[in-house]
Amino acid sequence: MTEQLVALCDASAVSEDTPVQAKLAGEELCVYLHDGAYYVTQDLCTHGPGYLSEGFVEGCEVECPFHQGKFNFITGEATAAPCTDKLRTWKTTVQDGKIWINPAEHAA
Amino acid sequence: MTHVVVIGAGQAGGRAIEALRGNGFTGPITLIGAETHLPYERPPLSKEMLLDPASPKIDWVRPAAWYAEHNITLKLGQTATKLDRGTKTITLQDSTTISYDKLILATGTTPRKLAIPGGDHPRCICIRTLEDSEKLRPFMAQDSHIVVIGAGFIGLEAAAAARSHGAAVTVLEMAPRPMGRGVPATIGELYAQLHRNKGVDLRLNTQISHIDGPDTEPQIHLADGTTLTATAIVVGIGVLPEQDLATQAGLETNNGIVVNTHAQTSDPDIYAAGDVTRHPNPLLGCDLRLESWQNAQNQAIAAAKNIAGIPTTYAEIPWFWSDQYGINMQITGLPSDTATEVTRGDLSTFQGLLFQLTGAKLTAAIGLNSPRDLRFAKNIIQAQIDVTPDELANPAVKLQDIAKRARPA
Ligand SMILES: Cc1cc2nc3c(=O)[nH]c(=O)nc-3n(C[C@H](O)[C@H](O)[C@H](O)COP(=O)(O)OP(=O)(O)OC[C@H]3O[C@@H](n4cnc5c(N)ncnc54)[C@H](O)[C@@H]3O)c2cc1C
Ligand code: FES
Repeated sequence: MTEQLVALCDASAVSEDTPVQAKLAGEELCVYLHDGAYYVTQDLCTHGPGYLSEGFVEGCEVECPFHQGKFNFITGEATAAPCTDKLRTWKTTVQDGKIWINPAEHAA
Repeated sequence: MTHVVVIGAGQAGGRAIEALRGNGFTGPITLIGAETHLPYERPPLSKEMLLDPASPKIDWVRPAAWYAEHNITLKLGQTATKLDRGTKTITLQDSTTISYDKLILATGTTPRKLAIPGGDHPRCICIRTLEDSEKLRPFMAQDSHIVVIGAGFIGLEAAAAARSHGAAVTVLEMAPRPMGRGVPATIGELYAQLHRNKGVDLRLNTQISHIDGPDTEPQIHLADGTTLTATAIVVGIGVLPEQDLATQAGLETNNGIVVNTHAQTSDPDIYAAGDVTRHPNPLLGCDLRLESWQNAQNQAIAAAKNIAGIPTTYAEIPWFWSDQYGINMQITGLPSDTATEVTRGDLSTFQGLLFQLTGAKLTAAIGLNSPRDLRFAKNIIQAQIDVTPDELANPAVKLQDIAKRARPA
């Protein structure tokens, strides 16, 4: 299992206010910190060209900087208009000060 | 069962219906729209639709299948011509009548026409609908001369798109600065310089006397005697609220249909939302009529929730954006010409924020390529947090930390 994991970024780079963009096989992902746990979603908003890593975090929701639609970044569910489609999410593992995910969880 | 009728199938109309269904309203819904299209978002009409050489994607509020799945009766390509509050009926242009129990007026705005001789020249294009944008697209070409009348957001976005295709562009503006209604002078002047640097012939303080010339080659005659020959003319001189139905039905109007904080008009069974409303903003303590995407969406949601039995007050700090030459500008609060100004970052490189303060309160912020910081500024305005010019100017002080400070007792 561990061999399949890929490191995205240093855990210390992520704060509650400021999610961080990470790249994986050409796709941008977004890493969040909430209540001591790390979460990963696709970075590109499902509504349009906004990147959630530039967005505004409140609790377990991220607001897209483009039209201020919102998602729950734990479940990926869209929680405020204009967003309707879910974000893809990945389970995270923290090891050696880094955030790891298994890319196979979602085919690219 | 309560029958909800929505007049106006624009962004507000579409969002109202989505929110009615999303908040448990299961009764019949009818959507009446003068355009033949399902609700779509207009911001791309002066941006991506003109910039992308390939056929651009349309931002539908909801895909066609959604309306069928949610049992919405559509009356598209139909203008509502009369509202009778006594019988609670609406008459359509084809003379059919529809009864309502609750009505939402989401009729938006219509572009102000050029009130000069020749203002109706066939190459004069206002950008409000998909068709307008489609009509303008072919003129976005190297051998065109686009003359933009009115240096507002839409006109300048069209100018930027035309320049990106290599067209010659002249912008004519009556006022001494661009975007005078929407942004402070500091930003207006910065954008005047930006457009000039990009090769736009921007003429401020300029009056037009009339337009004539062949159908395919309009000639614009300026008050100073100059004549310009254009391939197409973009007319962006503002919009007027589509309030005639309301006025004729005796609803209170005042440059917009007057609603309360629940998006309700002077008739409790009639709500209104979007560009067409004049509404109180309880956070700012003033009445506003906004022409913005945020207001169209969220006021419509508030109206829908109130109809669905979830009492909802519409109270938001205004927020707007404009994209020109790949620079994202966002505006929040109420810009003024008299506030104290502080900058963070470097506006001249289009990376930073301009803050406006009145006393210790932030009243407006304009962010250039700084969406996240702007969002914190919006929170600071909303929470009325006391700020100092020094901390706003100092990039070492994070705006999120200021936003976290509790409101003073
Ligand atoms: C080119 C362009 C660019 C924009 N860019 C931005 C931007 O970058 N950021 C931003 O915040 N905002 C932007 N806006 C503003 C935003 O699009 C509007 O605020 C929003 O569309 C308002 O929505 P609305 O539903 O209230 O009105 P509208 O979108 O005007 O919709 C009203 C609808 O009602 C219909 N109607 C009117 N009267 C009747 C009647 N009697 N019977 C039947 N139907 C009727 C009309 O045909 C229309 O389809 C832009 C607007 C335009 C035109
Ligand atoms: S792009 Fe994210 S809300 Fe529109």
